[in-house]
Amino acid sequence: MSIDNTSYQPLGQTTSGYLWLLLVLLLMSIAGGYCAYNMEHQGHHITGMTNQVVWGLPHVFAVSLILTASGALNGATLASVFGLQIYKPYARLSVALAITLLVGGLLVLVLDLGRPDRLAIAMTTYNFRSIFSWNIFLYTGFIFLGVVYLSTMLDRKINRYTSRVGALVFLWRIVLTTGTGCIFGFLVGRSALDAAIMAPLFIALSVVMGTAILALVMMLVARWQRGILPAAVVNALATLLFWCLLTLLYFSVVHHLSNLYVAEHQADERFVLGGPFAVLFWFGHIVLGVVVPLLLLQRLRGLSQPAANKNTGLLLAASGAALLGGMVMVYVIVIGSQTVPQTLFPGKIVTASSFGDAGFAAYTPSLWEWGVGMGGVCFSLLLFAMVLKLLPLCSEAASAAVE
Amino acid sequence: MQKNNSSSPQTDKSLLARRRFLRNLGLLGATAVSSFTLLEVKAREQKANTTGAVTAEKRWGLLIDTSKCSSGCDACVRGCNEEHGIENEGNDATRAQWIRKIDLKDKLTGSESSVPVMCQHCDSAPCVDVCPTGASFKRADGIVLVNKHTCIGCRYCMMACPYKARSFIHETLTNQKPAAPRGKGTVESCTLCVHRVDRSEDLQPACAVACTDEAHSAILFGDLNDPQSKLATKMKEIGASQVRADLQLNTGVRYHGL
Repeated sequence: MSIDNTSYQPLGQTTSGYLWLLLVLLLMSIAGGYCAYNMEHQGHHITGMTNQVVWGLPHVFAVSLILTASGALNGATLASVFGLQIYKPYARLSVALAITLLVGGLLVLVLDLGRPDRLAIAMTTYNFRSIFSWNIFLYTGFIFLGVVYLSTMLDRKINRYTSRVGALVFLWRIVLTTGTGCIFGFLVGRSALDAAIMAPLFIALSVVMGTAILALVMMLVARWQRGILPAAVVNALATLLFWCLLTLLYFSVVHHLSNLYVAEHQADERFVLGGPFAVLFWFGHIVLGVVVPLLLLQRLRGLSQPAANKNTGLLLAASGAALLGGMVMVYVIVIGSQTVPQTLFPGKIVTASSFGDAGFAAYTPSLWEWGVGMGGVCFSLLLFAMVLKLLPLCSEAASAAVE
Repeated sequence: MQKNNSSSPQTDKSLLARRRFLRNLGLLGATAVSSFTLLEVKAREQKANTTGAVTAEKRWGLLIDTSKCSSGCDACVRGCNEEHGIENEGNDATRAQWIRKIDLKDKLTGSESSVPVMCQHCDSAPCVDVCPTGASFKRADGIVLVNKHTCIGCRYCMMACPYKARSFIHETLTNQKPAAPRGKGTVESCTLCVHRVDRSEDLQPACAVACTDEAHSAILFGDLNDPQSKLATKMKEIGASQVRADLQLNTGVRYHGL
């Protein structure tokens, strides 16, 4: 067995860019906290949510953060479970990022509750038929196992357990993402959310969003280390993200084609493909989230290594697009599915109702919701930036000198 | 090395006596607590037997005869709102609606009907399944309720309800009625007027009373489990179906003429 001589240290010199980022993230987190306080104090009537669109933008952020957290573990998994040494210098970053993103996601989820002050009840009173209850264990378990995983990497005395703990965390994150997908997969009253394919679809979305944010963070850390990502790493990330995107596209196509095939789901499917959410679906999810990054990555993969070295910009753009497109996809799934009228009386037309049974529901997210969602993202990144400074997560091998 | 034992036999005796005293005190306490608990359980059992506690012998439900329900009438909605202190006005999308009237037209025949829709008190209630804290629960007699003390306002039950029968309270409420402890940030729905039913089986839910007062008598309340009940005999006579019967939720609210 070869001895690992890679040295790690906390983020070195404090650049002004790092300090500015910290300040912005802190202010945004505080603003998010204020928005959450207002929502809790005044009630959800100040949001765009209603009794028809009951889960709004905070849920989109929370679900996106949770999926991204699970996917951000890709770097560590590939290094310690699949033995790809190229990702080893980034394994610690990957685990720390996964944990902090999940903390942010859970924070948003809790702050959007009608009674966030009753968190203790949610943590102590369980209904084990509820997928939500399972997820409480899956999420807290992920954070616990993530900390153990990171500890095995940080402490050389327990280094030998890294691959075994890594394998356990890998399985755990698959189950976790399945659990998150199942929340939106077994709602019998909403035909758009009554599809078991949601679980694998969410796993595919998770690896796309996670790889994308990991690539962005790796590039940022390399920059803070006054270097750039090595060309081989850029190419490896490009290939990984490319195949993750194709997997996502595959599951998305199967999902929508199967909906078109089943008569019961055709009306809802036509709404997604051609209704008010069509622009978001086609231009947000398909074009921005899949086609554009695929084209950018294909171009990057075709370049020779020295050229790729200078073209991290392509990876940056592809990752950013994939991340945004992923969030749009979550928006279409979570919000779009709630705006479709629920079919209570098949074969009949609703001519009058005081509760919007006849038509599509409207939803416009309020500034408070944007605040809570963005606050959660910023809090995650703030935690990550601080952990980066406190723990030896950065490897010298993680960046190459600028030519 | 010799051990330095400074305690005298007198001290040992007093220590032993203290231990014995504490042990006896503990035993006495445990006996008292367990006896009290046993007495309490016994008393509760006796009380339950004498007051007719909730059992699965009965299954409360409603029969709605749509042929008697008229399009312009919302007496059941008003009756429900008055009984539970629910506002009649405000934003339709955010205010609580335990019952709503829906007017329907058949796509093929063009025939029109009007139906009140409320919590269907499902036997296999999706809202009960998904609730993470168990705040959404079904009583032994089939009434589906929300425990307002443990509801965290996650709204998963609203996502799961096929009938859109649940309301989330978006604003601060004042002057709530004692029988309907409603509050901001929690979810609520039709309770089948459980406070009336528990007081006396002859007390009908407010919607049924209001409908009868309006001389429509389209809503009939009763025990689905008792074949001799007025509800069961009427259902047998005129026939009844469930809303979204395909979901196989075995609803407690049945409709005639859908």
